[in-house]
Amino acid sequence: MAQNAAEAADLAHALVLAPTSAADWVVVAPVAIPIVAGALLMMLRHETRWHAGLAIGALLATFLSNVLLLHRVLTDGPLVMTMGRWLPPFGISFAADVLGASLALVATLVALVGAVYAIADIGTVGRRYGFYPFLMLMMAGVGGAFLTGDIFNLYVWFEVFLISSFGLLVLGSEHPQLDGTTKYAILNLIGTTLFLITVSLLYGAFGTLNMADIARKAGNFRETAPLTTLAALFLLAFGMKAAAFPVNFWLPASYHTPRIVTAALFGGVLTKVGVYALLRTLVMLFPLERDMLSCLIAWGAAATMIIGIMGALAQTDIRRVLGFVVISGVGVMLAGLALGTAEGLSGTIFYAFHSMIVMTALYLLAGVMNGLAGDYSLRSLSGFYASHPLVAAFALLLMLAAAGLPPASGLWPKVLLVRAAIDTGWPWLAFAILATGLLTTLALGRMFLLAIWRMPSGPAPVSAISPRLGYIALGVLALPVLLIGLYPEPVIAVAERAAAGILDSSTYIGSVFPEGAVQ
Amino acid sequence: MEPVLAAVIGLFYAVSIYLMLSKHIIRILLGVAIFSNAVNLTIFTAGRIVREVPPIIPEGLEVLDKVAANPLPQALILTAIVISFSFFAFLLVLAFRAYQDLDTDDTDGMRLAEPKGEDLPPLGY
Amino acid sequence: MSTLIFRTTAPYLTSLMILFSLFVLLRGHNDPGGGFIGGLIAASAFAIYGIACGVPAARRALYFHPMAISGFGLLLAGLSGVVSLFLEVPFLTGIWTSINVLGISVDISTVLGFDTGVYLVVVGSITSIALALEERGHP
Repeated sequence: MAQNAAEAADLAHALVLAPTSAADWVVVAPVAIPIVAGALLMMLRHETRWHAGLAIGALLATFLSNVLLLHRVLTDGPLVMTMGRWLPPFGISFAADVLGASLALVATLVALVGAVYAIADIGTVGRRYGFYPFLMLMMAGVGGAFLTGDIFNLYVWFEVFLISSFGLLVLGSEHPQLDGTTKYAILNLIGTTLFLITVSLLYGAFGTLNMADIARKAGNFRETAPLTTLAALFLLAFGMKAAAFPVNFWLPASYHTPRIVTAALFGGVLTKVGVYALLRTLVMLFPLERDMLSCLIAWGAAATMIIGIMGALAQTDIRRVLGFVVISGVGVMLAGLALGTAEGLSGTIFYAFHSMIVMTALYLLAGVMNGLAGDYSLRSLSGFYASHPLVAAFALLLMLAAAGLPPASGLWPKVLLVRAAIDTGWPWLAFAILATGLLTTLALGRMFLLAIWRMPSGPAPVSAISPRLGYIALGVLALPVLLIGLYPEPVIAVAERAAAGILDSSTYIGSVFPEGAVQ
Repeated sequence: MEPVLAAVIGLFYAVSIYLMLSKHIIRILLGVAIFSNAVNLTIFTAGRIVREVPPIIPEGLEVLDKVAANPLPQALILTAIVISFSFFAFLLVLAFRAYQDLDTDDTDGMRLAEPKGEDLPPLGY
Repeated sequence: MSTLIFRTTAPYLTSLMILFSLFVLLRGHNDPGGGFIGGLIAASAFAIYGIACGVPAARRALYFHPMAISGFGLLLAGLSGVVSLFLEVPFLTGIWTSINVLGISVDISTVLGFDTGVYLVVVGSITSIALALEERGHP
């Protein structure tokens, strides 16, 4: 007996001995469900009939577990599970706080809508090539990136969603796709390798990879370790992933080449993972270093917004217009990161929710228009207002949302950001955000004017098939856009909690290390 | 030992960046391969270098009784090798396919996704 | 590439390498080895077979499509993590048990399941890439 007691006491130094309740599994479910579903889909690659149903079912389950997770995190604070029972920082922790859980929820919603849209858009060949398995594995990677509490694990999840995104991007293997994928793949690989270099330097300085552990030890190492260098490297690596100017050139080279669903999910979700990683590392791990870099980030943000949207003004292909709109949205989010105040960060987080939904919806709208008229070019699209008023209504709402005009969801995060910029004493940044709004209105307004409003030139080349799935997908995404626009308080509250959670990391640290734990 | 490794790592980074600045995909890929090796060496060096003492806890003890090699960087490097290996394999297939289909591995010639001299959008009705 | 000597020895070499890969996989828990390296050995075995006897023959020999093998491995690895759900321990905790096979007690664990999953993922994906490259080499 005595022997056993001694053994148990020893184990407590290394293992989590408290039983893990099944309810805690919501923190791994958003990763485990897509992985298992993706594996099943890979095995059933010839049974293409089953693909859509299985993938949508799994994404629905993931979505529900994300809802539970967010609810749990909002009521009880961050939820932590450390893999394999090892005590943190030795085991890899999954730590969901409000920021990660809410972004994971919105990303899963968007992926769910994309999977529904893909039923009609991705035919048997695309399914056989593996659209749905790649989609599931990408969502596993995205979910893992949002929920993990370990910086090396974050790198692994980045690579998981990156390699799945290569598969999605090249699906179909048309010549422009090969071209776009080559550039996307090489530049993103270099970006994540930069991230790995930073992680290795971080490990050399801290001797730990657990983010909560790094956050609590950062103060001790501030004198001796080159933390500003690390923060700057993180800024470069994740800025590359988020497509911030001047490392954004892979995005306009590739995002218009794949299937429209793929473009929608990439434009909606992937760049936000980069923004999330920036928030996590620069705000939570290295706040003082972020202060030092804030001026640089602010100029980068302003340049990304303005140059991004000016690119959109010069394009004829709707998909390429949208690619540049994605970039300028990233600039708006970086503005909040540069400000670093609670209000600015909640603006950034709110903008990330909004941008995920709106950018996906805009790409899907382009897909619906292409399905009806057979083209993406602003030169030939015309007359939707007369022939398809529903498309026109969606287009108007989404255009207003992307430009940040009422009554859609884009207004409120911009209000928060502009107010934060003026409060911080950076009126030029506020001006840049407002000017971006104006230019976005011009770029997308012209799209509306030409594609929707213009009289059809010649007989309208409209296909007889009604894009019912497209309407459903757009409806599901347009509803939150409108609701958030009219009643933003709950979302603002969530964004403020998320911002508070990364600005003051003590609750996060406390939930990873309940008793102060081992050093 | 660290200074020697640092110099080697610096050399690797220099070579890989030089190769990645090339216009030819195959050279860029070679650069990427060397780049990932440079990173692996960086992780290895960041984990401190100790001579050949395996981190095995002797019978009857609960913690290591003397300084031993750090096993974590090796786990990290193994993960990084696996990832970079699979990426490299994918990129190789992709580049080969692109070379066959586009008839070039010169990035200047790969302008199918963003063709030169595209029309501007219409400026009015 | 496909000389008579190579074609004759390749099947033996392949079977020997696959056997060795299984040995490496199984000794991996306490000795150098494991799923990844074992999977690489098996994948190179199939690659050699593909070079010697042609890609269609290699695909026939594999029987399942390489990506399906990968998928099964991923499923196995994922599920070995989920087993711990029922024992109130966190995800991916190693759970050990021993069974009696012909009077010898054999330790089996979810760790082994996970490693086998990794093995299959590596075999599937690397073989798939290698065979794709070999197919393109000889149009």
